[in-house]
Amino acid sequence: MKEKLHQLKLKYQGKKMAPAFNALHTFLYTPNETTHSGAHVRAADDLKRTMNTVIMALVPCLLFGMFNAGYQHYSAINGFPANFDLFEHFLTWDNFWLGLVTVLPLVIVSYGVGLAIEFLFAVIKGHEVEEGYLVTGMLVPLIVPVDTPLWMLAIAVAFGVVIGKEVFGGTGMNILNPALTIRAFLFFAYPTWMSGDKVWVHGAVERAGTADAISGETILGYLAQGNASEISYTLSDMFYGFIPGSVGETSKLLILLGALFLIFSKIASWRIMVSAVIGALAMGLIFNGVVDAGWLPEYSKFYTLMSFEFWKHLLVGGLAFGIVFMATDPVTGAQTNRGKWFYGFFIGFLSVMIRVFNPGYPEGVFLAILLMNVFAPTIDHYVVKGNIKKRLKRLKTATIYPKTSDEVDSLKTETA
Amino acid sequence: MSKDIRIRKGLDINLVGAAEQTTSKAVTSNVYALNLDDFHGIIPKMLVKQGEEVKAGEPLFYNKNKEEMHFVSPVSGELVEIVRGARRKILTLKILADKTQQYMINKVPDLDTAKAPVIKNFLLQCGGWPFIKQRPYDVIADPDVTPKAIFISACATAPLAADVDYVLKDKEQELQVAITALGKLTPGKIHVSSRRPNRSPFADLNGIELHKVSGPHPSGLVGTQINHIDPVNKGEVVWTISPQDLLMIGELLLTGKFNAERTIALAGSVIKSPKYYTTKIGAEISTFLYASGVKEDRFRLINGDVLTGKKTHTEGYLGFYNNTVTAIPEGDDYDFFGWNKPIFNKISNTRALTFSWLMPKKKYDLNTNTNGEHRAFVVTGQYEEVFPLDIYPLQLLKACMVKDLDEMEQLGLYEVAPEDFSLTEFICISKQPHQQIIREGLDLLQKELG
Repeated sequence: MKEKLHQLKLKYQGKKMAPAFNALHTFLYTPNETTHSGAHVRAADDLKRTMNTVIMALVPCLLFGMFNAGYQHYSAINGFPANFDLFEHFLTWDNFWLGLVTVLPLVIVSYGVGLAIEFLFAVIKGHEVEEGYLVTGMLVPLIVPVDTPLWMLAIAVAFGVVIGKEVFGGTGMNILNPALTIRAFLFFAYPTWMSGDKVWVHGAVERAGTADAISGETILGYLAQGNASEISYTLSDMFYGFIPGSVGETSKLLILLGALFLIFSKIASWRIMVSAVIGALAMGLIFNGVVDAGWLPEYSKFYTLMSFEFWKHLLVGGLAFGIVFMATDPVTGAQTNRGKWFYGFFIGFLSVMIRVFNPGYPEGVFLAILLMNVFAPTIDHYVVKGNIKKRLKRLKTATIYPKTSDEVDSLKTETA
Repeated sequence: MSKDIRIRKGLDINLVGAAEQTTSKAVTSNVYALNLDDFHGIIPKMLVKQGEEVKAGEPLFYNKNKEEMHFVSPVSGELVEIVRGARRKILTLKILADKTQQYMINKVPDLDTAKAPVIKNFLLQCGGWPFIKQRPYDVIADPDVTPKAIFISACATAPLAADVDYVLKDKEQELQVAITALGKLTPGKIHVSSRRPNRSPFADLNGIELHKVSGPHPSGLVGTQINHIDPVNKGEVVWTISPQDLLMIGELLLTGKFNAERTIALAGSVIKSPKYYTTKIGAEISTFLYASGVKEDRFRLINGDVLTGKKTHTEGYLGFYNNTVTAIPEGDDYDFFGWNKPIFNKISNTRALTFSWLMPKKKYDLNTNTNGEHRAFVVTGQYEEVFPLDIYPLQLLKACMVKDLDEMEQLGLYEVAPEDFSLTEFICISKQPHQQIIREGLDLLQKELG
């Protein structure tokens, strides 16, 4: 097979379809390319490996999301089990099957549409297919409600890939995170499908208004409406992820494991993750402080969310998922190490702020990240300017000798 | 004040096939060649016609932009061929060596009394000058400019590079003479950096500042040392010279003869018995390659180390500045699912199912495969981990790519040489040609501002 593919590669060389063929070929085999200039040996990592590492960190979230889709659906109909047992109630074949038939189509549509556009652009522009969409395609199904209609997803993916990425020149050139561009498009184009209390549990929308109606409200939804007392989920539910929400965002445990894996493998920036958590906690603490100081009347519509304990913000909604998998996108994030601290901090800070002040759509993290994507180059600009300034300062003590100075000896006595 | 330079950012690339510290004399080469590509930016004007005889140390050509700057023949013999490329550009000069070598004897200036112009002229005329390089631009030094300091790295940290202390053994006299002479060309200092300053051949020399440098590669690169000791500012010029080239200048000043002899390391996993050889600049590589034996038929032969060397072949010649010749396997084979399976036999500075972090002492047998295709810059923060200079590497590379002169200057392009980006190029996930980008940036800067 290796030989046959090599013959085909030579045959397609220089042809219009070469990028498409090469993309498939390099998926099977790392190419036989050798170094031409510069360093003759190269390190083991390439972009595919990097992207693959992120996908590996996402797979547990995806699998959990499938089980959870089934679990939330059946629990909404039959009531939550009284004595919850992980194997008896959650990791069941029924749950998984329901999750599979609802989530897998999302994955397939996301990859199918996205990669098709990537291939198309690669063939038209005559460059190789870049791997950026491998991660985006995995992220998209994890950050949408489980019942998102497939045609909506397809349109959103097409929009996100073309407008969010390809118009800027493809992978590595985009300003906004493509996955979040897709999420934002869905949110603003089809708001009824992306928020409210019906979309987070499979089947809730079609049953709405009938005798079999079930609720699919998220914790943030309850909080935004000031119904904190109705939340029946325990802290451990939130941490382990047995709560309604977007497909992959619920299990904080698995997100944490993914984060540790990405930090350990040095693929994602720990600086962004740590500073984003600090930012979120800081904003949460400020809100808690305002409530504690009694500056906010209890009838205020912000009261419930603002009095929500600051550290719990990390356990609900998509904040943790966004911080670990979206904020750390190297292309759209800050690129300097110092810049990453500021960038991450403001993502955490703004996420909680938007969450609290905009009860209309309580999930603020995607807006915060998109906003900071826009500001990332500005942050970098000032960080790099610091380096330039340092260099200019050094210039004041520069020792520059005039050209054709034959009087080195006299210079020597002068400077001595 | 001597400094203690500790480098933390970097990566040691341990390869199999390090040269054993025994030296053999290489078989005398029939033909010697100067590859003009080694003298970046020099436009040669020939002084000798094809078929004419030259002595060792007799000028072959001069620099068109600086007529006093002569480039001399490493051996005596007949200039048998001038290889030309497109637009009659001279590529290589080949000299058929005499059986008994005849040297041109130059009149040596008295170092105690000689002033800078005399020494400068001597070096320019007798072929010692091209060994001196300058920053900015990483080219042969402009003799009209007085440098603020001279830097010498007396430690090699590049993979499989020749051990400086070993090849300089018992050469203190030559080194001292060269140092004394160069010291007259700058009002500043001569900075020498060594891993073990006390046991270095430079330990007892006068007229230098000896620094101790420690840490992983690129701590041995002179660019790293300049950046930590006395960085180059806009308008400033520093000179750099490799210790072995210093030796040649020393001998030239002692005897008046241009002796092209040098000790080189033949290394790499393909070589059966890697060790040191004494040979001459421009010698046929085959004169010592096959003495050590090769394990495979197909391999990459490199003039220099694996990170910065130039590609050559078995009929190639030892480069003007090189004291290492490396042979590693070619890697032109496919690797089934090479991008997602765990990797144990390659080096990586990430831990994305690559396990070189587990075995920092292990020696690897790397080949020339790129381990992936060329991509746009995507990942950030990786270069910084192996780049100890106070410079933003990614931003500087991008500035060079878009040819933004202001930014190139502001971000410190005049402080670096392409070799400073060899390690970032090694780890680059997007497989971008960093050294080429920097070289082109430097050339552009020199053309526009030089």
